Amino acid sequence: MKEEHHAVVKEVDSVVIRFAGDSGDGMQLTGTQFTNTAAIIGNDISTFPDYPAEIRAPAGTIAGVSGFQVHLSDSDIWTPGDSPDVLIAMNPAALKASLPDMEPGATIIVNSDAFTQANLDKAGCETNPLAAGDKTLRDYRVIQAPISSLNRTAVQDIEGLSPKDRDRSRNFFALGLVYWMYDRPIDNTVEWAKKKFAKYPAVVEANIRALQAGYNFGNTTEAFQTRYRIKRAKLPPGTYRKINGNEAVAMGLVTVAKKAGKPLFYGSYPITPASDILHALSPLRNFDVLTFQAEDEIAAMGSTIGAAFGGALAVTGTSGPGIALKSEAMNLALMLELPIVIIDVQRGGPSTGLPTKVEQADLLQVMYGRNGESPMPVLAPSTPAECFDFTLEAFRFALRTMSPVILLTDGYLANSAEPWRIPDPEDIPPIIVEHPTEFNGDGRFLPYKRDPETMGRPWAIAGTPKLEHRLGGLEKSPEFGNVSYVPDHHQQMVNERAEKVARLADVIPEQTVFGPEEGDLLVVGWGSTYGAIHAAVRQAHNKGYSVAHAHIRYLNPFPRNLGDILKRYDRILVPELNMGQLAFILRGTYLLPVIPMDKVKGRPFKISELSEKIEELLAGDAS
Amino acid sequence: MTPIEPLQLTRKDFVSDQTVRWCPGCGDYAILSQIQKTMPQLGVPKENIVFISGIGCSSRFPYYMDTYGIHSIHGRAPTLATGLKIANPELSVWVITGDGDGLSIGGNHLVHACRRNIDINIILFNNRIYGLTKGQYSPTSPQGFRSKTSPMGTLEQPLNPVSVALASEATFIARTIDVIPKHMGGIFLKADQHKGISFVEVMQNCVIFNPGTWHEYSDRKTRDDHDLYLEDGKPMIFGKNKDKGVIWRRNGLEVVTLGDQYTENDLLVHDVSSIEIAWLLSRLQYPMPLGVILDITKPTYDLGLWHQVEVAKDQKGEGDLETLFNNADTWIVE
Repeated sequence: MKEEHHAVVKEVDSVVIRFAGDSGDGMQLTGTQFTNTAAIIGNDISTFPDYPAEIRAPAGTIAGVSGFQVHLSDSDIWTPGDSPDVLIAMNPAALKASLPDMEPGATIIVNSDAFTQANLDKAGCETNPLAAGDKTLRDYRVIQAPISSLNRTAVQDIEGLSPKDRDRSRNFFALGLVYWMYDRPIDNTVEWAKKKFAKYPAVVEANIRALQAGYNFGNTTEAFQTRYRIKRAKLPPGTYRKINGNEAVAMGLVTVAKKAGKPLFYGSYPITPASDILHALSPLRNFDVLTFQAEDEIAAMGSTIGAAFGGALAVTGTSGPGIALKSEAMNLALMLELPIVIIDVQRGGPSTGLPTKVEQADLLQVMYGRNGESPMPVLAPSTPAECFDFTLEAFRFALRTMSPVILLTDGYLANSAEPWRIPDPEDIPPIIVEHPTEFNGDGRFLPYKRDPETMGRPWAIAGTPKLEHRLGGLEKSPEFGNVSYVPDHHQQMVNERAEKVARLADVIPEQTVFGPEEGDLLVVGWGSTYGAIHAAVRQAHNKGYSVAHAHIRYLNPFPRNLGDILKRYDRILVPELNMGQLAFILRGTYLLPVIPMDKVKGRPFKISELSEKIEELLAGDAS
Repeated sequence: MTPIEPLQLTRKDFVSDQTVRWCPGCGDYAILSQIQKTMPQLGVPKENIVFISGIGCSSRFPYYMDTYGIHSIHGRAPTLATGLKIANPELSVWVITGDGDGLSIGGNHLVHACRRNIDINIILFNNRIYGLTKGQYSPTSPQGFRSKTSPMGTLEQPLNPVSVALASEATFIARTIDVIPKHMGGIFLKADQHKGISFVEVMQNCVIFNPGTWHEYSDRKTRDDHDLYLEDGKPMIFGKNKDKGVIWRRNGLEVVTLGDQYTENDLLVHDVSSIEIAWLLSRLQYPMPLGVILDITKPTYDLGLWHQVEVAKDQKGEGDLETLFNNADTWIVE
């Protein structure tokens, strides 16, 4: 593209950009395209898509606002950023919804065409923030761009384009503008559009023209005095791609199956925010991936039990409401002692709650939400890339214990993306699965004869000659597994099922701590809050506070040294996106006073919220 | 799996070491015995046979079979059977369920197992009562039926298991009765031979909580005049003296006496490939149609799924992790 820069290019360390518009405006796509381009150039990235549960909420309303925030940096970043440096607001509702997150001095680019009285009314704006003399935006650098009309002009003479299609490309106008501002090439997105809309040349043309028009608008408008450039991040060497938590889980599952040389069975019922795992796995039949869209959550769980009895690596994925429905069948899996992985992509609850928003409020449900004594291993990855590693770990645990294992992720991990250093498949150790073919007792097969070390039972699968046996949800006699109501048998079997889970601590890595090994304050977190806590603790640490961070990935059982670590700090702060669930478990387990820090707003922690809390607790303690 | 030596299994090979604990006189004994007798005729190695049940009296069944088995949870047996059959299509998978387990708490799963045409056999023991929970009305109890939970008579209409299976797109539907062992055995064998879902309703007697519920169809004195034994391609004749038959008239089925007015040629001829005839038969209560009601061939879910695996491998090649990991925009950091 030929152009003459009149603007100065400034190098910055990092920037947070938010694209916000109607849920039909293509903001997720716009943000994703920008992120892809940034990632390919070598920036560290972290994204936060934030969209409504309704596919198309009433246009122009606050409820219908869809946002995509991306944080780019030339060094390690931990979160998608507390507040945007640049907001692109496609209508008044998008502006209004984002303003509470904006700090004074930030740049706001608005599609001024959308600020009609009708749209202002729909968004509930009492005044027009763009009107002369209006004070709503006085603290910001506001750039008014008539995006809709400029875009219409740019694409008007393309043949075969309906008026609706013309307006549809306006998000690419905005994208082109932001590409210009951040000195990014548009080529990658142009190539994407050519592939994506190969069957619709008019749409390809519209998208390319919109991109170019947006780019040129930045170049020729006096409003833009400065462009910014972010250097490549210094990540460890390797080949990278962008990955979100759901993609990482899906790839982890395929990897497990491949490494075990077994088919993967994924039985699931569509539910936000877990459905993308099913979407990712369904096209992978050539990996022996058997996806099964069940008639309901219960059937999904039941089908995994059957598949495991048949020798497949069986998995189900769902969210909190699905776990509630699956609980009885999860307990059956626990009683039958079959290896199954259950993925809970948590969302805001209770009930239908906030389907597309993040929350960590299923911890107590997965730990204690079933009838009877029902201990299950629980793992919680803390970053999107870690979702891959912990999917493998969950299967190792399931195979070792012959038990259902819960992998707790959440809507934020599921949808946020970060760079992932692509592993060499050769470096991933094989997963050993053993199925007995011979008797393990005196002339007979004992289905519940346990491995003395792991306490797991033999995984004999249907179809194996001589080892015919029956499993059931009724309590059973040790070793033999026959139905038994003998009092001591029940006690022993309950003990054994607990013991094999407890013994996972033999193979769980010791808990590590970031920061001093002892001190004034330990911040303890789990799951997707990792980035924000880590960044806040670093900041406080750099200011001289005696503060450390422990992030627990193994929630049941805990790492063996966790209790000792907790005792080395004067105070323990536990920030969670729930009303104190891990705090409750830590208190009960270690009899320690912990300070909960709860947030249930459907949004992740901001670094600043955590920093304030840490500094409030340590006020006066800085050395 | 091809057996190395010819199968010479007998009924005894399928009797487990567990004591059977149904009430004396329960119809379940006869069903168990017939299934154990049928198993050696399947031509399937014992290790490839699996019985899966839910909860209820009938659902204790797998414990008494010396095969692979799972006694699962209430209503969910078809879901386990589906997962198992997908994981290993070579298995002969049998679901044992009851009217409460299969049509009340597990109604959804029954419907969906049928419409998927997964190659499993569902045997539904219908005694029109909840036995294990001691005598509440069931989804097949007749309207007005008095029970512990319906002392003034149930207000609900009963479900007709055969109609449900038919509406759920089952491809093999049959009905049999616990007091005619040979008939049962023949039906079980045909159910297993059918590729795709096989649904069999067994009219079964609960001696404790609903004795004689099928009395007119089961009593030696009355049953020949009340049961219609269906045979494919044969006219629908019944009665102790083979003197009654079923004809099509005025938009429905009607019972006639053979003689001057009607001969065998006027009777409806059974056709197991006709969904329309199957529907008419499903609504018939007098006489009660016993035998194979529908038997049609459609692609099965389990083989269809594995076929997709083969097609995908043909088209894309065996899945490769490196390709999968790199199937995105990538960049290199040096």
